[in-house]
Amino acid sequence: MATVSAGQQADLGEPAGWRRTKNRIATSLMWLSFVLVIIPLGFVLFTVIAKGASVISWQFLTSPIPPQVLPANVGGIGPAIVGTIEITALATVIAVPLGVLGAVYLNEYGGKNALARLIGFMSDVMTGVPSIVMGLFIFSIWVLHFGFSGLAGALALACLMLPVVIRSTDEMLKLVPDALREGSYALGATKSRVTLTVVLPAAIGGIVSGALLAVARAAGETAPLLFTILTVSTVNANVFSGANTSLPSQIFVNANSSFVGAQGRGWGAALTLIAIAFILMIAARFITARFARYTR
Amino acid sequence: MSTATQEHQAVPASALTEKRPLGDRTFQILTLAAGLLVLVILVLIAVSTSQQASSWFSTEGLKIFSKTWDPAANQFGALPFIYGTVITGVIALVMAVPVSVGIALLLTEVVPRRWARPIVYVIDLLAVVPSVVWGLWGILVFAPWIGRIYASIAGGVNGVPVLGPLFGQPTSGASFFTAGIILAFMITPIVTSLSREVIATVPAIDREGAYALGATRLEMIRGAVWPHSQGGVVGAVLLGLGRAMGETIAAALVIGASPTITSHLFAPGYSMPSVIANEFGEATGVYRAALIGLGVLLFVITIIINIIARGVVERSARRKRGA
Repeated sequence: MATVSAGQQADLGEPAGWRRTKNRIATSLMWLSFVLVIIPLGFVLFTVIAKGASVISWQFLTSPIPPQVLPANVGGIGPAIVGTIEITALATVIAVPLGVLGAVYLNEYGGKNALARLIGFMSDVMTGVPSIVMGLFIFSIWVLHFGFSGLAGALALACLMLPVVIRSTDEMLKLVPDALREGSYALGATKSRVTLTVVLPAAIGGIVSGALLAVARAAGETAPLLFTILTVSTVNANVFSGANTSLPSQIFVNANSSFVGAQGRGWGAALTLIAIAFILMIAARFITARFARYTR
Repeated sequence: MSTATQEHQAVPASALTEKRPLGDRTFQILTLAAGLLVLVILVLIAVSTSQQASSWFSTEGLKIFSKTWDPAANQFGALPFIYGTVITGVIALVMAVPVSVGIALLLTEVVPRRWARPIVYVIDLLAVVPSVVWGLWGILVFAPWIGRIYASIAGGVNGVPVLGPLFGQPTSGASFFTAGIILAFMITPIVTSLSREVIATVPAIDREGAYALGATRLEMIRGAVWPHSQGGVVGAVLLGLGRAMGETIAAALVIGASPTITSHLFAPGYSMPSVIANEFGEATGVYRAALIGLGVLLFVITIIINIIARGVVERSARRKRGA
């Protein structure tokens, strides 16, 4: 968009007196609101890094979870890291293919028909469903019948990720120029072939980075996991059966604890979790910058 | 922006159906199934959770909205939680909306493009901090600190009409107000980014017109930007409210876990998602049904808010395209 540099124009003709004062007050209020956001963010990150860094060591990242009364330098959060990786990976495997297919329907097949519009609208609405409701939902239809497991947690996370993946993929597919589609139709390709070999590859950078952002959000979710995986103190390598644990669940337990040692391990786990989320976010930005062919 | 709106015409189905290979049709059905999954999940959520909550709805009847929550005495009234959810949501909005709109205006109207990007990154960082980390920081660092501030404010306003009942004694670090503040931090990124999207669609010609008439930036915002983006910003605010009401873990840790209805904002309270998170593990029978029932109520409320919000956003977007 050809926006004129607004700042310069305003300065050129800035009037004197009360109007100028009001204008300056408004501008400073806008900067103030940005500062108001930076302060808590900086405060949180600083606290997590300061308190977490002193706890984290190789032993902390790999040891089983000790009883809460023990001091922070004993034991670690190994099972929680393993659980988070298992469950998030499984949720990704479930949600991303379904989300991409759903977006393909919305953009390539549905077009502007009523059903596609309804699905698009409801998937936007679904992003607003509270994560705890997803936990209750999976508890009702899965856990009551098959028991607690990493899979149940993954299903709950997948329900949260699905609409996010649909939305971000849909946006990316919209950016693929029609000339590409028309070119391959002209060569006699079927619609599925055009979609799979031309449209999706053209949008793959954006799709992957959108999916990574969804994974980053899901990895930090606690509420859907509370009544689907419970918590355990040793590694459960089998994601399909038996109670499991995750970093967010473990932080929640430790935040509720009155023992200083448990709180210390909570800070260590929080730093680990934030680091994982940041890595995913930076990876998403890198992929967008490097591989996305069409951006807004 | 202009490339984003280009439409593509689907190849007429009639031309293809005759000799479309099986694989092609299977793929189409697969994509349709994936799309329908969204609707199926939403319906399943409503049906399965209502089923699990039915014993609460049937044994308590209209008493589900009573104001006593006492699991030991088998009394399960939802009102304290609905009250807490609304109050914390409103506190969060009152703090987050002006700040979010301010940042959105800063990004679109004040700073040059290449400076806007790092600011957006910083705001996005807020969204990357997981809910449970906000909660951990909230209960161990923020609540003890702000509790002292509450105590001194309460000392000052005790006995003053209006202010006394709102900000007077009793006070606690973990309270409605603390939960509201933490929720405000958490919804700021989404309200900011949605408002920014809406404000960015204001036609450049409107801005230039206002400047050409000699308007200051503030006058331009009030005359050209605001009328154009009002509707969309309202939608963004509603979506923020939906998020704040459904936010669970951070609220569960800092709200104080006390099912009371009081005008005292600095007193401990409770909200619907946080009581589910805290008490579900030990609940059985009607107790569990009541907690799932709270989830059903929460689902219904947030779905309604989201449908209204999306409707508002979509309508204002359509009006803009038409203009």
